[in-house]
Amino acid sequence: MATLDKTGPGPEDAPHDGVRRRDFINVAAVSFAGAGAVAVLYPLINQMNPSADVLALASIDVDVSGIEAGQAVKTEWRKQPVFIRHLTPAEIQAANAVDPGSLRDPQTLAERTSEGRPQWLITMGVCTHLGCVPLGAAEGENKGEYGGYFCPCHGSHYDTAGRIRKGPAPINLEVPEYEFTSDTAVRIG
Amino acid sequence: MARLIAILIGLGFVFVAGVSFITGLFTWFTAEEGASSHAAYEHPRSIGFTFNGPFGSYDERQLQRGFQVYKEVCAGCHSLNLVAFRNLAELGYSEAEVRAIADQWPIQVPSVNPDTGEAATRKAVPADRFPSPYANETAARAANNNSNPPDLSLMAKARPDGAAYIASLLTGYREAPHGHETPEGLHYNAYFPNLDIAMPAPITADGQVSYADGTQATRDQMAQDVAAFLMWTAEPNLEKRHQMGLAVVIFLLFATVLAYFAYRNVWADRKVKKGKTSVAV
Amino acid sequence: MSFPWAQHYEPKHPVMKWLDERLPLPRLIHGAVGPGYPVPSNLNYFWNFGVLAGVALAIQIVTGIILAMHYRADAAIAFQSVEHIMRNVNQGWFLRYAHANGASFFFIAIYVHMGRNLYYGSYKAPREMVFMLGLVIFLLAMATAFMGYVLPWGQMSFWGAKVITGLFGAIPLVGEPLQIWLLGGYAPDTASLNRFFSLHYLLPFVIFGVVILHIWALHIPGSGNPTGVDVKAPQDTVPFHPYYTAKDGFGLGVFLVIFSIMVFFLPNYLGHPDNYIQANPLSTPAHITPEWYFWPFYAILRAFTVDFILPAKLWGVIAMFASILVMFFLPWLDTSPTRSANYRPLFRIFFFIWLAVVVVLGYCGGLPAEEPYVLISQLATMYYFAFFLIIIPILAKVERTKPLPNSISESVLHGEAQEASPAGMPTGSKPGAGDAQPQPAE
Repeated sequence: MATLDKTGPGPEDAPHDGVRRRDFINVAAVSFAGAGAVAVLYPLINQMNPSADVLALASIDVDVSGIEAGQAVKTEWRKQPVFIRHLTPAEIQAANAVDPGSLRDPQTLAERTSEGRPQWLITMGVCTHLGCVPLGAAEGENKGEYGGYFCPCHGSHYDTAGRIRKGPAPINLEVPEYEFTSDTAVRIG
Repeated sequence: MARLIAILIGLGFVFVAGVSFITGLFTWFTAEEGASSHAAYEHPRSIGFTFNGPFGSYDERQLQRGFQVYKEVCAGCHSLNLVAFRNLAELGYSEAEVRAIADQWPIQVPSVNPDTGEAATRKAVPADRFPSPYANETAARAANNNSNPPDLSLMAKARPDGAAYIASLLTGYREAPHGHETPEGLHYNAYFPNLDIAMPAPITADGQVSYADGTQATRDQMAQDVAAFLMWTAEPNLEKRHQMGLAVVIFLLFATVLAYFAYRNVWADRKVKKGKTSVAV
Repeated sequence: MSFPWAQHYEPKHPVMKWLDERLPLPRLIHGAVGPGYPVPSNLNYFWNFGVLAGVALAIQIVTGIILAMHYRADAAIAFQSVEHIMRNVNQGWFLRYAHANGASFFFIAIYVHMGRNLYYGSYKAPREMVFMLGLVIFLLAMATAFMGYVLPWGQMSFWGAKVITGLFGAIPLVGEPLQIWLLGGYAPDTASLNRFFSLHYLLPFVIFGVVILHIWALHIPGSGNPTGVDVKAPQDTVPFHPYYTAKDGFGLGVFLVIFSIMVFFLPNYLGHPDNYIQANPLSTPAHITPEWYFWPFYAILRAFTVDFILPAKLWGVIAMFASILVMFFLPWLDTSPTRSANYRPLFRIFFFIWLAVVVVLGYCGGLPAEEPYVLISQLATMYYFAFFLIIIPILAKVERTKPLPNSISESVLHGEAQEASPAGMPTGSKPGAGDAQPQPAE
């Protein structure tokens, strides 16, 4: 803008509103250039967002018929682990026995499972502390003090509903969006 | 001295190029009318596709018909390996339809048996790209008289006048003219650059495909539809490109006009001064 | 920097003052492209193309860095990764088409810039260094463009790489090992692709560095002008900013409009369909051609068809490189003290013939090596070398030049701006056009 005072002709050359009209053209030209430069930034920045083929993998179908009660499987969604766990009646009972008010992140098992299917606990396998994968999904792994999941990185313990009970993690394991397309098939995402 | 060296070097280049020229001229004149290295193939017909020109766009129904032709006529031999089933949504198919097309695609996607780890196949899902009809080039050649059916994803950009060429080629099979010997296993096609193409005529009869939208499936119609579809597979962003281009060019034209007046404006005082000086002079 | 009347940089704001004492960057910009750089007031539109080339380089660097975020330099997947950019990456098609056409526009700007330099004698003292640095930029840009064209790994990429590295194979004794060394194998493959990618990413920054030197060297004598007369007094010049920033802004607008029309409506016009076929080492395309900006040199390469002491292939390679290297000697070949062709009637004729010859060479270079095009390019090649090595040195001695104006401002005032443009070209210089209008009453 500093250019404008130099570019406008002196007051003796033109009447006052002439100066203003001429300056307006300079301001408009520079503004247009600025607007164009900003518009060009959009594709330059947006190209870093997930591409169409990555977004296309945003939902997966999983067959859960082979998972016995007490077992869990690890599957992959958005390049991250998802735990699908078939809870035993005892685990459901243990989860329901806890008073949600006493928890760091108060939630009941029913809020964390789909309606009518409290035995299917589907959570992200990503510790809410710093993103490690907790143990406890595979046979024989340390399930932590509360029988759910245990994150070895910084010692977070999750219970049978995937809720944080002890350790540094601030909130419960995240429950992804999912729906049962049949009794044995679930679509995540 | 330096000038002399330069002129000598210059004469050297001129002399050697001149020797080449004179030799070339001599051979050119002495050579009899040799057989031209170009076979006299015909240039593609000019076809008024909807996507031609700077404001062109695709005809969604034509693309769907073209897809049907690809599926029923071409897909048995030609892969389309840069296109995914999910892309079909751009042709106007709903998500469920895309899912069904992928699920029922006659060729399955290679996968691994989760129990044994052996090679297996599974049904396609929308995220998959169109599976190839042949496992590899060797298999393709073995099945096609030692020629490899090319992938069609980019065909409309990989040939001059791509879409028109494809439509012309598909309808260009005819009797070889007198004196032209078509080798065994090849087929005469007036639009193919060396005239004898390995692909047998794929579109042989009117009504070979029954269009779901009731369009009369003449041979020419089918050829044009599949050519349009292949233009889409080659350049799926054509419509977006044309729209964005129009906006960008209009914006830039406006900005340029403004810049011109700003430029005149900046120089205006300079001219006034000059006028004054010249009067003084 | 150059003239005593250049406006001095005086920071007003205390922060700018503080900065100026510690890192005088604003002072540098002020003197380089700001009000502190006095420029002859009579430049025509041909003087826009240096800035345009700079903008094209910036476009290439920005889009190139982004494409490199998605491209994968592996012979097995390079072609697919380019199509991934075209299909899946958000606005990837725009970025790739801008980069592919941006290369052409970089060369358009460079060629007009070079043509202007030859016509107006910008290469003469005291600007020899500016000119030679410009040639270095040109050579680097050619190397960069060649390697960039290999990256999409289409048929033209592959066979272009093979043919161009094959040129080095023409060198006696070391040729073949040299070619194998360049490729890292016996034919272009992942090793070649990866090194080309690495160098293709590096060289633009080297070019950028040489551009800085080019501008630095320019600021020692200051810009030339269409009359070729030296700047003598303050009335000969205007400050670069705002006068030439405004003019360059307008020129840039026109450049970008044309560029956008190519990118959005004719993105593949300057490309070759065969490059949409994945590289196939077992099948050569019917007709291998490089990108259009190499066509004149490609024609010179193919013009040598007869073994004469040296093999024809080697003559072609020597001539192709010599056609550019000869220009490094131009400031000393052309000893005529008159810079601008406007005052050199004979040179001007030979220059326009040379320009036509280069266009003819370009036309022939893009066609298959058949008669009569090879014969035509042989004649054109003879003229090309004769122009630089024979005609120019002789003309410098024998030509009777027209009288020069006493000063730039005098030429402007007396309407000689008309002469300051090449024949048939519209006069770009606005100040000249202004003289035709009625003078304001005093």
